[in-house]
Amino acid sequence: MSKYKPKTKTGLFKRIAWRVLSLVLVFGLWEFAGRKPISIIFPTFTSTMVALMNLLIDGTLLSAYAVTLVPLAIGVALVGFLGIVFGILMGLYRSFEWLTLPVFIIVQSAPMAALIPLITFLYGIGLGAKVLAVVLMAAPVIVLNSYRGIRNANPTLIQMGRSFLASRTQEIFKIILPDASGMIFAGLRLGVAAGFIGVILAELLITPTGIGDLITYYRALALYPQMFASIFSIVLFASVVVSALQRLEGILFRRQQCTS
Amino acid sequence: MQANTIQNRPIIEVKELSKTYPGRVEALRNVNLSIPRGQLTTLLGPSGCGKTTLLKIIAGLLNKTEGNVFINGQPVNGPGPERAFVFQDFALLPWCTVLRNVAFGLELRGVPGKQRNEIAMKYIDEVGLTGFEKAYPYELSGGMRQRVGLARALAVDAEILLMDEPFASVDEQTRRKFQEDLLNLLKIEKKTVVFVTHSIEEAVYVSDQVALLGPRPGRIMRVINTRLDHAENVEDIRRDQRYLNLVEDLWQILRQYLI
Ligand SMILES: Nc1ncnc2c1ncn2[C@@H]1O[C@H](COP(=O)(O)OP(=O)(O)O)[C@@H](O)[C@H]1O
Ligand SMILES: [Mg+2]
Repeated sequence: MSKYKPKTKTGLFKRIAWRVLSLVLVFGLWEFAGRKPISIIFPTFTSTMVALMNLLIDGTLLSAYAVTLVPLAIGVALVGFLGIVFGILMGLYRSFEWLTLPVFIIVQSAPMAALIPLITFLYGIGLGAKVLAVVLMAAPVIVLNSYRGIRNANPTLIQMGRSFLASRTQEIFKIILPDASGMIFAGLRLGVAAGFIGVILAELLITPTGIGDLITYYRALALYPQMFASIFSIVLFASVVVSALQRLEGILFRRQQCTS
Repeated sequence: MQANTIQNRPIIEVKELSKTYPGRVEALRNVNLSIPRGQLTTLLGPSGCGKTTLLKIIAGLLNKTEGNVFINGQPVNGPGPERAFVFQDFALLPWCTVLRNVAFGLELRGVPGKQRNEIAMKYIDEVGLTGFEKAYPYELSGGMRQRVGLARALAVDAEILLMDEPFASVDEQTRRKFQEDLLNLLKIEKKTVVFVTHSIEEAVYVSDQVALLGPRPGRIMRVINTRLDHAENVEDIRRDQRYLNLVEDLWQILRQYLI
């Protein structure tokens, strides 16, 4: 078993070393640019970190995230369920695909972010509008990945199922869906990443709440270290969540990736 | 009387079979072939001559363009329980253990869990994979994966085993061992086997008769009886002068059709 483990201990150490080095480089440049300064609104890395610490300690960030994460969670849950079902149906039934694929290709290539201000006209400025923004951003990739996962299900495996007399239902539940599950999950991960963008844009463009409110507020008061700390926190938070999902994906679908 | 006529009749009959793929690729033209019951018949020919196409039409996995295939006198309209397929690229479910893969055909037929696992264990043992039933395909070598594919086909207890270049993706030493094991296995399991290969040595080694297919569009050029007496030790076949002569004879025939 051990020989299938891809990385040795020294390899892991090396990878961590490289990551730390690249972070040091980026933050060092940031510090340098802040001190120079390239712009009066651009704070140094250290002052941003100090502001971040303060925001964390006094609970400002925490309460902001409590607000921001609500529409994100609702939106992702909604589109995670409905979008996956929709994508699977599109993949399984030609008539369904024919109806909906053109819409999705347009939706995928159009800049969805541009639609977010329009939501206000239709859905006002409440929670619903923000949920809709998350859904708009996350849906295309979730639906399309589910669709592609189904469509690209290994044809040899399907043929194997038929040769052993699988019914269509068995073919779907015992072969196609398990084979597509890795790709569907990857779509969910990308959808969460897109949902983050959706909710932040909604908070900046529709009504300032949560982390979007913090950003807007500190900008208005010209408290740039705090403003950058808020932005930094959202980037950090989103990357942590998305890479955790990626890690989970690797564990769950390790077997699929190793053989055809 | 009637039972007797059924016994003597070829188990598979291919009559005037043609196959043209969409895009006008003519893969088979007017193929006629009888496959005797209880024997191993090899389809031998160069790559791209339509061997897989012919085997998959017999399996009911591909539609024919013209002609007919009969199994026990009944025309083929799709896959059936009397035929089991062994795939060139194994076609194992990567998310299932060896045990579940071997039992998969039985699972699809609704055989209860305990019973199908017992049957599967028997065949896992027969193909020499005891101790690996909890392993996943990615943990196995190519040769072992194909043993899983073979066990899965044996487990459904079909009369006919259709094998599409089962050893093509397996390295040379493993392949030889596998060929020997297959012959030993077939002494226990009385099956009719249709075996596709592009290797002359493999064809002569494993088969009772060899059907030579010519280059595209695939036709049957000759059917040659290659029955060596397999009753003795399978390890001695490769030194047998009759084996060596047959390999040379087949090559002399095949080379006429090349160029
Ligand atoms: N799905 C397909 N569509 C079009 N042409 C095909 C298809 N499958 C096979 N062919 C063609 O039919 C011929 C016979 O293929 P195949 O039966 O796979 O040959 P073999 O198994 O002897 O190598 C080849 O020339 C191949 O390119
Ligand atoms: Mg082939």
